[in-house]
Amino acid sequence: MSSGSAVDSVDEDPAGDTAGEPPLRVENLRKEFGGITAVDGASFEVADESLTGLIGPNGAGKSTTFNCITGVQEPTDGAVYFNGTDIAGLAPNAIATRGLVRTFQIARELAEMTVLENLMLAPQRQQGEALYRSVLPPFRNGVVEEETELREAVWESLEFFEIDHLAEEQAGNLSGGQRKLLELARALMTDPDMLLLDEPFAGVNPTLEAKLLDRINQLRAEEGLTFLLVEHDMDIIMEHCDPVIVMHQGQLLAEGRPEAIRTNERVVDAYFGEQQ
Amino acid sequence: MSSDQFQTGRLTQFRELLERSDAALVLTAMAAFYLLFFVVGTILNYDIAGLISVLGQVTFFTAVYALIVLALNLHWGYAGLFNIGIAGFMAVGVYTMAMLTAPPTGSPPGLGLPVAVGIVGGMFAAALVGLVTALPALRLRADYLAIVTVAISEIIRLTYNSPAFSTFTLPGGITLGTGGASGIGDFPSNPLRAIYYVDPSSAASETTPIGTAIFGFFESVFGVVRSAVIVELTYGLVLAVIVFLVYTLLARVGNSPFGRVLKAIREDEVVAKSLGKDTNRFKIKTFMLGCALMGLAGVLWQGFGTGAVYPQAFRPQLTFYIFIAVIIGGAGSNTGSILGGAVFANLLFLLPQYLPNIIEQTVSIQAEPNNFVAAIGPIVAGEIAPLLGYMLNQRLPALRFVFVGVLLVYLVQNRPEGLLGHRTETAAAVNLNRGHTGSDLTGPEGGVDDE
Repeated sequence: MSSGSAVDSVDEDPAGDTAGEPPLRVENLRKEFGGITAVDGASFEVADESLTGLIGPNGAGKSTTFNCITGVQEPTDGAVYFNGTDIAGLAPNAIATRGLVRTFQIARELAEMTVLENLMLAPQRQQGEALYRSVLPPFRNGVVEEETELREAVWESLEFFEIDHLAEEQAGNLSGGQRKLLELARALMTDPDMLLLDEPFAGVNPTLEAKLLDRINQLRAEEGLTFLLVEHDMDIIMEHCDPVIVMHQGQLLAEGRPEAIRTNERVVDAYFGEQQ
Repeated sequence: MSSDQFQTGRLTQFRELLERSDAALVLTAMAAFYLLFFVVGTILNYDIAGLISVLGQVTFFTAVYALIVLALNLHWGYAGLFNIGIAGFMAVGVYTMAMLTAPPTGSPPGLGLPVAVGIVGGMFAAALVGLVTALPALRLRADYLAIVTVAISEIIRLTYNSPAFSTFTLPGGITLGTGGASGIGDFPSNPLRAIYYVDPSSAASETTPIGTAIFGFFESVFGVVRSAVIVELTYGLVLAVIVFLVYTLLARVGNSPFGRVLKAIREDEVVAKSLGKDTNRFKIKTFMLGCALMGLAGVLWQGFGTGAVYPQAFRPQLTFYIFIAVIIGGAGSNTGSILGGAVFANLLFLLPQYLPNIIEQTVSIQAEPNNFVAAIGPIVAGEIAPLLGYMLNQRLPALRFVFVGVLLVYLVQNRPEGLLGHRTETAAAVNLNRGHTGSDLTGPEGGVDDE
């Protein structure tokens, strides 16, 4: 976030910015659940500072791909390179601290924490996360100072996402759309390099949706963030994402510019053939 | 009518004070309990020494329960760690203390180390056993921690109970022991006694200058002559101070980024991980800290309070008492933990011990029947006497479980959040509220804890 200067930068991957190396490269990713193969040898790249769309019919393996990339599930096989390092099989927190952060398809707000607490949780490497610093008097002042700074960043974020009036509400009391906003705001508070967004606009009103897309584009241009987006709303995908990756039955079906995807026969078959 | 209004006004003011100030809340509750037991003592025609003893007991049990409920609240209320091995961790604390400090010539022999080493060692050992328990269990789902902790608690109790460890010799030739089923009684007495007695191990010894002064004060004001109840009361008050210190420590843990992560783990661990938090480390640290405090509670309760350690004291029911106290107080609230501990200690633990005597004093009744069905049955016909008779018939432990059961059913149905569980205690080191412009600490909305 532009306002997230209070948060320590997480850029410390020495292998980052290697010439030509895309931030995310998935190679031959497989994930089996018992006898079912949810992801069946998918390979793709996400280019630096892009807003890449990931689409596919229900059950295509999009969310499982997300889960395998972010460590929520361990891939059966294959490699996931983030900024040049293979992160496949790492714990989700190890992946998040490297700057690859996600949101969930069904918003996972921390229900019995306030909206403020939800956001305050997110910044990485807070001093006060060390028990002794939070407890012992000589260190406690530093923690208080940092909290005061974080609070500023959090309130700015709340204002941007237009949920500042809900700041002290328990997150569980928010509406579906508000939870989505909270989750996106929270993910951004971690100051990531790349965000994986799973249907971030479900239940968000069109005005705010446009504002969020503007923000995403601003973060790409000004802070070099990269976005990978799963979305069912074809208008958003076709208007804003470039390139678009299509998955079907766990495999990559097509990849390319939105115009090309729109007219790709295999995509049309997979999507509309199945639906009709 | 105007005096009525005045009274309601005062009442509202008082209620607001209780809402605002945790200290006022706890002090009011304690005042009520002291009054209750003062009345109990008066009904039983206790003399002043007896009354002081009753009030000393109220202080002692409130404090030890509050202490251990606070520790459990850190595990369960904050981090959602379902530890049902509390009794075991208390046992490790107090047994370690006793074995470290018992004289080498004692029976069973100990290491003869200073009491301070024993206390710290007890806490350390409890934390270490916590670590060993937590390492495998925390990687699994929450229910497994519950199973592992209840098992480890029983293993600990049975190990201390086992004749094999009654006395044993370490490889270095040092002999020490757990005393088996009869436990350890031969370890240094409450260090507080050194304030009163020149020889702390003997109540008959010379008094110190401070002891002489305090005993003299009680003798001249209350006519109580150099009684052990004064020492007991002092210990209760010292425990109250320790409870306050632990409360302060845990409030700091809660109101910090560390506590925020714990709350997040309780709510949804996957989210906490996805935000880059190494949740296993947080859980292990928290588990060890809580276990150390449970060890401390064991030392202060069974060690210096009871003065003897034996395995029977650490049966699983102790763990369930503590859980009930946390549920009464409201999981997640430190002040609620103290209140829950106080309510349980006084109304469910202490009061039933006095009930038979009270009944005997106030109603003339036979101590029968001796089975619960015969006691409860006549209530349908409006006869309460058999129930009272049953209480007299030394069936109190059973009755305590009945009370506890009734209370639990009521709480779960009507107030599942406990006394104070409805309150949101914000997990942050600063007030997160602010004006929407500028960085002024006091925002236009003011307080944080409503809604």
